[in-house]
Parts: sequence; structure tokens; C-alpha cells
Amino acid sequence: MIDILSSILILAGVFFYLAGSIGLLRLPDLYSRLHALTKADNLGLGLLIAGLTLHSPELLTILKLLLIWLAVLAASATSAHLIARQARRQETGA
Amino acid sequence: MTELFMLSALGLMLSLFLGLLRVLLGPGVGDRMLATQLIGTVGVGMLLLLSVLLDQPALIDVALLLALLAAVAAAAFTGQQKTHHD
Repeated sequence: MIDILSSILILAGVFFYLAGSIGLLRLPDLYSRLHALTKADNLGLGLLIAGLTLHSPELLTILKLLLIWLAVLAASATSAHLIARQARRQETGA
Repeated sequence: MTELFMLSALGLMLSLFLGLLRVLLGPGVGDRMLATQLIGTVGVGMLLLLSVLLDQPALIDVALLLALLAAVAAAAFTGQQKTHHD
């Protein structure tokens, strides 16, 4: 039962990773690519980690995995914001 | 379960390839930076998968370090661009 649930979560995570990278490749401009990228970061890694936590026997490992997810969430939010502002600044020439 | 982990790692590999294609195509520096962010996150995911697959718990720490350094790269990129323009 746990194996099935974990398989579904991991495969869903990989699906979101692939959807995000296809979006990064296919979407027309930087802002929409930003949108695709954050899906891969947040949902893909989140689901992958949710699937992997079902496999780990120790509490410490689970907490470490969750910490990684939180770090990536913070990093992706910050970098998406910084890159978008940078692109906008270059566009307006300010 | 091992097959599933292998298959997922392969899927992440494909994702990495698509990200590298975007780095190659450009067109702007921002797009390339976005693709680098994606590659970083894919790397984290792959290390986590491999840590279970190869039974190496130390790889989780490597993934944590990679996740922490991802934000630094984007911040350094923006800072460098800013000084370049002033």
C-alpha cells in the first residue's frame, strides 16, 4: 500500500519536472517561462520528496528531506523574483 | 521499486537535457539563468533518488547543500548585472 502511494507520488513529481522543463523550452517569453519553472521547482520536488519520505525509516531523514524542500521553495521564490525584476528593469531601461 | 527509481532518474535526466537545450538557445541572460535554476532543482531531485537507490544517506546532505547554493547563484547573477549596468 505504501509502495503504491509512494510510486504514484514519485511519478507525479517526475511528471511535473518534465512539464516544467517542456514549458521552459516551449513558452514564448521570459515571464511565462518563469511560471513554468516554478511549477517544476515547487510541485515536482515537493511530490518527489513526499514519495521518498514514505520510504525512509528514520525521523531525522524525513526532517532533512522536508528541510531540503523548504530551502528549495525559498530559493526558487527569491530567484524568480530577482530574475523577473532584473528582466523588467532591462526592458524599461531604468 | 528499484525499477521505478531508475525510471524516475531517467525522467529527470530528460528534464536536465531540456534545461540544457534552453541554456544553449538563450536568447537572453535571464532565460539562461532560469534554465540553470531548473538544472539545480533537477540535480537535487536526482541526488535524493540516488540516495535511496544506492542506499547512501550522505547524498541527502549533498542535496541540501545544492539546494542552499541555488539561491546564491541567482542573487550573484542579479548583483553582477546591476553593477554592470551602472
